[in-house]
Amino acid sequence: MSDVLIRVKNVIKNYTRGKQKVEVLHNLSLDIPKGDFVALMGPSGSGKTTLLNLIGGLDQPTGGEISIGGQRIDGMNSGQLAKWRASNVGFVFQFYNLLPVLTAERNVELPLLLTNMSGSERLKRANIALEIVGLKDRARHKPKELSGGQEQRVAIARALVSDPELLVCDEPTGDLDRKTADEILTLLQRLNREYGKTIVMVTHDPKAAEYASRTVHLDKGTLQAQAA
Amino acid sequence: MKYFHLIWSSLWRKKTRAWLTLLSLICAFLLFGLLQALSVFFTAGADFVGASRLVVQSRVSFTDSLPIRLLPEIEAMPGVKAVSHDQWFGGVWGENEQLFVFANDPERLRTTYPEWKLTDAEWEAFKTTRTGAIVGRNVANAEGKGWKVGQKIPIKSNIFPKKDGSMAWEFDIVGIFDGIDESWQAQTNLVYINHAYFTEAAQFGSGFAGVFNVVLDDPDQANAVAQAIDAKFLNSPNETKTQSEKDFNKGFFAQIGDIGLIVSLILVAVFFTILILTGNTMAQAVRERIPELAVLKTLGFNNGTVTALVLIESLILCALGALVGMLLASFAITGLAAQAPQFFGTVRASGAVWLQAFLAMTALALAVGLPPALKAGRVKIVDALAGR
Repeated sequence: MSDVLIRVKNVIKNYTRGKQKVEVLHNLSLDIPKGDFVALMGPSGSGKTTLLNLIGGLDQPTGGEISIGGQRIDGMNSGQLAKWRASNVGFVFQFYNLLPVLTAERNVELPLLLTNMSGSERLKRANIALEIVGLKDRARHKPKELSGGQEQRVAIARALVSDPELLVCDEPTGDLDRKTADEILTLLQRLNREYGKTIVMVTHDPKAAEYASRTVHLDKGTLQAQAA
Repeated sequence: MKYFHLIWSSLWRKKTRAWLTLLSLICAFLLFGLLQALSVFFTAGADFVGASRLVVQSRVSFTDSLPIRLLPEIEAMPGVKAVSHDQWFGGVWGENEQLFVFANDPERLRTTYPEWKLTDAEWEAFKTTRTGAIVGRNVANAEGKGWKVGQKIPIKSNIFPKKDGSMAWEFDIVGIFDGIDESWQAQTNLVYINHAYFTEAAQFGSGFAGVFNVVLDDPDQANAVAQAIDAKFLNSPNETKTQSEKDFNKGFFAQIGDIGLIVSLILVAVFFTILILTGNTMAQAVRERIPELAVLKTLGFNNGTVTALVLIESLILCALGALVGMLLASFAITGLAAQAPQFFGTVRASGAVWLQAFLAMTALALAVGLPPALKAGRVKIVDALAGR
C-alpha cells in the first residue's frame, strides 16, 4: 500500500454561480496509496463530491495538480479525459444511473463498446462482471425489473468490467436500506481486498465509512484530521 | 455496428411516441412518393417522343378545331413528309370513365405513327371497317375491361352526338395495338376510331380536326417548317400554332396547372409540419435523457461519439419512415396503374423519385437530429449528474 495511486496537490476549485464566484476546494492536498479504500466524509457543501469528480476526471481543477498512477490529468482536454476515464476509472453513483432501455448485461457492456473487443467477448466479460457481483442470473433483466440493491450491483459490475485500478463511488448506499447497504459495502470491501481495487467513496453515513480502511474528513473545502 | 443495440434501444425508449413519430414520417413519405411520381409523370411524360413530328393546332386553343381542308396544304409544304389528323372524341366508358379516344384516318395514322404495332391484317381491317376501332394494349387489359378483337364496345361521347341525337356510339374492335418499345408500350392508353365513320355519323364536327400531326423529312428542320406552317396561315380565319410533339404534350398537361409547383408547395407544407413534429420529438427525447448521456460520457464516450449516437438515431428513424412510406407509395402507384392504366399506366416510383426521397430523408434527419445531437455532445457531466 506504499505506492501512491492518487496524488492531489494544492488543488483549488472555484465555481461561478450566476455572478458569484464560489471557492469549493482550498489548496487541498491528499495522497491515496494503491489498493486503499478511502471514505470521504463531511457535511453537505464541504467539497466531497467536487473532489471525487476531480479524482475521477469528470471535472478540471482551477489550480493545482492531480496525478493518477503517475499520470497528470489536470491538464487533459475533454477528449483525453474521456479516453483516460474509459480505461482507468469505474464509477458508482447513488442512484445507480443505469440506462433503463438496456438489460443488465447490456448496461455492463457499455464501457467495453469503447474497446476493440468483439461482441461475444464483450458479453462474456459483462457476464463475468455480473457473476462477481452475484447477478449472473439477472443478466437479461432490465433495471426496472431489479431491486435497488440489484441495480447498484449492476452499476458496480459496469464499473468493474473494464478492470480499472480505481473505483470512485458517490454515496453508493445513499438510496438503500441498511441491510442492502451492508451487502453493497461488503461487496466493495471484497473488491478492494480480493481484487486490489483502489476505492474512493463519498458518504454521509459513518457506518458505511467503517467498511473503508481509512476516512478523510472534509470541511469547507479543506482537509481535516484523517482517521485510520 | 457495435453501437446499434444502444441506438436501437434508445430509439424505442418511449414506444408510443416512437410509433407515432414513425407513422407521421411514413405518411409524409407516402405522400412524397405519390406526388413526386405524379409530378415526374406530368413534367417528363413527353420525353419518349422524338423531334421528328410536329403538331399543328389552332392558335387560339387545341379545343378550337381546324378544317381538314388545311391538311393537303400542309402536306404540300417543303420539308413535310406526311400528315395525319386527330379529332378528340371525348369518349366515356361505362358510368363515367374517361377514355382517350381520337378519330383518325387509318392509313395516315399508320404512316405518321409507325410506333404503333399492329399486323397488316389489323391495319387493313381498321381501314375497311366503318365502325372499326383499334385499342391500345393498356386500355384493353385494364381491370374490368379485358377487351378482345371482335368485341363490340359501347362508348359515349361527351361532345359529339350522333345524327339521331344519341350520345351513345358503338365500335367494333378490329385490333389491339402495342408500342414498339417499352416507353411506347406504356403510352398505349388510347383508342382510335375511324374518322370517316365519325364524319358520316356525327351530328356536327365533320370536316374538322383538333390537330394535325406532321412528319418531317428532316428533324433538324423542325423549327423552320413550324414557322413556315404558321406563316402560311397567318391572318387567315384559321391561324395555327405549330410546335414539336413534345412541347404539345407538355402544354397539354400544363392545362391542368403547374403540377411541379403544386406538388412542391404541398410537399413543403408536409415536410415543414413533419420537421416541427419530429424535431420537437427528438429534442424532447434528448432532453429527457440528459442524465443518461452524462453517464455515457462518464464511462468514456467522448463528445463526438455522443453527438453521433443521437444523430444516427434520428437518421434511423427518418430512414425507416422514408423506406416504409416509399414502399407503400410504390404499391399504391402499382395498384393505381393497374386500376386505371389509361391514366396512370406510365406513373412509376422511379429511381429518380427514390433518389429524391433519399435526399429529402437525409435533409430531414439532419435538420431534426443535428440540434439535439449537438446539445447532447455539449452536455457537461458534472452539471447533468447534479441535475442542473
